[in-house]
Amino acid sequence: MSENSIEKLPTYLEIPAIKKDSMAGNGPFKASVEVQNELGFPGEKVENWQQVAIDKMAETKSKYRSVQVFLDACVKCGACTDKCHYYLGTADPKNMPVARQDLFRSVYRRHFTFAGKYFPKLVGAKELDEAMLDDWYNYFHQCSQCRRCAVFCPYGIDTAEISMAAREVMNVIGVGQKYPNQILGKINKIGNNLGMPEPALRDTLEDLEEEIKEETGVAVKLPLDIKDSEVLMVTPSADFFAEPHIDGLIGYAKVFHQSGVSWTLSSYASEAANFGMFIGNYDVMRQGALRIRKAALDLNVKRVIVGECGHAWRVAYSFWNTLTGLGSGGNDEYSKKLQQQLDSNYPQPQHIIEFTYDLIQQDKLLFDKSKNDHRVVTFHDSCNVARGSNMGDIKNGQFILPREVIKAACNNFSDMPKGTIKASTFCCGGGGGLLTDDLIELRIKGAKPRMHALKQSEERNGVNTLAAICAICKSQFSKVLPNYEFDPYMIVSVHQLVSDAIILSDNSENSNNKAL
Amino acid sequence: MSLTSIFFTFFFYISVLIFITGVSYKIVQYWQTPAPLKIPIAPAPLNRSGVLMRIAREVFLFQSLFKASKWTWIFGWSFHFALVLLFFRHLVYFWPGEIPTILLKTEPLKYAAYPLIFGLLGLLGRRFFVDRVRYISAPSDYLMLLLLIVIGGSGMLMTFAQNHPNMLLVKNFAEGLITFNWSELPSELLFLAHIFLVFLLIAIFPISKLLHAPGIFFSPTLNQVDNARKKRHISQWAKNKESHKKIDLEQNSDEDK
Ligand code: SF4
Ligand code: SF4
Repeated sequence: MSENSIEKLPTYLEIPAIKKDSMAGNGPFKASVEVQNELGFPGEKVENWQQVAIDKMAETKSKYRSVQVFLDACVKCGACTDKCHYYLGTADPKNMPVARQDLFRSVYRRHFTFAGKYFPKLVGAKELDEAMLDDWYNYFHQCSQCRRCAVFCPYGIDTAEISMAAREVMNVIGVGQKYPNQILGKINKIGNNLGMPEPALRDTLEDLEEEIKEETGVAVKLPLDIKDSEVLMVTPSADFFAEPHIDGLIGYAKVFHQSGVSWTLSSYASEAANFGMFIGNYDVMRQGALRIRKAALDLNVKRVIVGECGHAWRVAYSFWNTLTGLGSGGNDEYSKKLQQQLDSNYPQPQHIIEFTYDLIQQDKLLFDKSKNDHRVVTFHDSCNVARGSNMGDIKNGQFILPREVIKAACNNFSDMPKGTIKASTFCCGGGGGLLTDDLIELRIKGAKPRMHALKQSEERNGVNTLAAICAICKSQFSKVLPNYEFDPYMIVSVHQLVSDAIILSDNSENSNNKAL
Repeated sequence: MSLTSIFFTFFFYISVLIFITGVSYKIVQYWQTPAPLKIPIAPAPLNRSGVLMRIAREVFLFQSLFKASKWTWIFGWSFHFALVLLFFRHLVYFWPGEIPTILLKTEPLKYAAYPLIFGLLGLLGRRFFVDRVRYISAPSDYLMLLLLIVIGGSGMLMTFAQNHPNMLLVKNFAEGLITFNWSELPSELLFLAHIFLVFLLIAIFPISKLLHAPGIFFSPTLNQVDNARKKRHISQWAKNKESHKKIDLEQNSDEDK
């Protein structure tokens, strides 16, 4: 892979000529019987899998308008063919969004359309046979569900919807992917993706408090399970242990400390990530969201705030209200209860960036920006935040707010080239349940477009720090940056930048450490 | 009436029937299929009027396609725009009774045939010469373009190469189809080929990718308002889960610590 790193590029990434089967293979590790059963899926490929799969396709397309419309509407215009980072990085034609959809569409046509039933060759309709299933498994796990293709499709066809549907069908016939399914088992049992139980979490937080105290001399708290706090903070569990994530968590704690707003983490809902989305399963996704609703009710908080995690924010912002009634406008029992309890002066849920941004607007945070002067920062728009959510309820707020927070804490900020940021941002290469070592080749190649953009920024503007607000992006970049001759430590949390520059005051009476 | 006239008269009605039933069926299907989650795609409008503007920009200007590929946009947009103009140009034939003056002034619209053919040839060229587009093209994708090219080409040969069929017969035939007052149609081969393929196009509309036309209005990524936090969006099947999930939730709370 290292030859990619020395490539010098013109203004934009060249579109490769197709290289058939360059990413052919068996796909990621399959889930074991136990892992599958845990989620209520068959442990092994069922006997009559073809029929079960076709029935499931019928069900899915009758429940999701997106799937039904997208399967019909594509005109094969080719506009999306060069928009996927996995195609750009691998040149495998089946990684062109439309070709990826076609794996599913060809079976749809064969079984559900007039033309496909009677003239299969004419319209490219195909049977769901072993070879096709292998292609499904391989190539629907080469899609990070980043939705970049949907931005450019004239009909808004979102390949992520198709890959979610396909993964759901595969799970139902007993062919599941190990990485996300194993993690989902842990969150359902223990409350976070790591399977980190309450005592371990408590220890970690206490250690962090000591660390901050040592470094700053200020008693910044990281409260756990404190009833009646103002804010319930739900963050990806990677924030508790992984680098550079953990420095972001310290950043949130400092911001809360300065704000004087009481806050708590929950050991029951210690995970904002929700891999249920990646496997396209409404129920599993809902289960994850319900844990957070329950924690919010049990802890009797007034606000729910979500940490730096891309797909978690998409699920929270776009889906929580649907899944759990956490938001406004619902009139079922739970929605009403939540509306009574939660503070209607704030949108529910909120992103930590929105929280920090508001404080900055009100001049409640002071920064010593020079602390970040050794950095020239650029911002990686994580795909789920950029294309599947909003912040601040202003148009394009999800692009504006994080940049404003960075600029408040840093003197040197410079965006990567147009066409690689904001709505057109390139995925880090590890999203959508692909952040696993058995897919490392794909992850390195898929990062290529982002790395090229970063390289340009480095050459032109001396960028040496890459800030992100997604746990997956952070882990993925730490891993693949060296493959492109970058410093793996150049990736930071946005709230690490905040953390490094914020001026703390010793207002420990404000923090809620009494119950610990 | 001659056999040809009878055949074409029948063919017209059958095509229109297939078109209407097929497209209505599809529209009802799209309409009734719930969109259970909020999935608008960036840059997502925050209110209803923003959505209407967005759809309008997609339908009239092909905004996303413009962002994606300038060549495909030029070819695709000129073809579609010309098609609309030519549709208006043809209305005069079908208009029963007194013809409104506006329709009598549509003569110059015939020149839209040039951008039509230009666009279609461009799109076909892409299918042949761009390896990515060639890879995703099924035989039907080429045939659809060929069909349209032959329709456009035959129309141009009649209009611009002095092969006009008897226009009075054309008018009577077309108007007759609308008023159920059937009459003979001209027997020039070019003309017959032209209308045969047009009727065929109408017939295959609901069973082909031409469904992109109704589909664009139902695409959840384009037609949803980005207001998930403000307004609860829930489909009926998801709601049904809630009523009995409540019990599950109680069980959930038991395992809590
Ligand atoms: S851009 Fe949309 S319509 Fe065009 S080929 Fe891709 S998915 Fe199909
Ligand atoms: S969603 Fe992203 S990863 Fe998947 S096909 Fe589209 S561009 Fe590629």
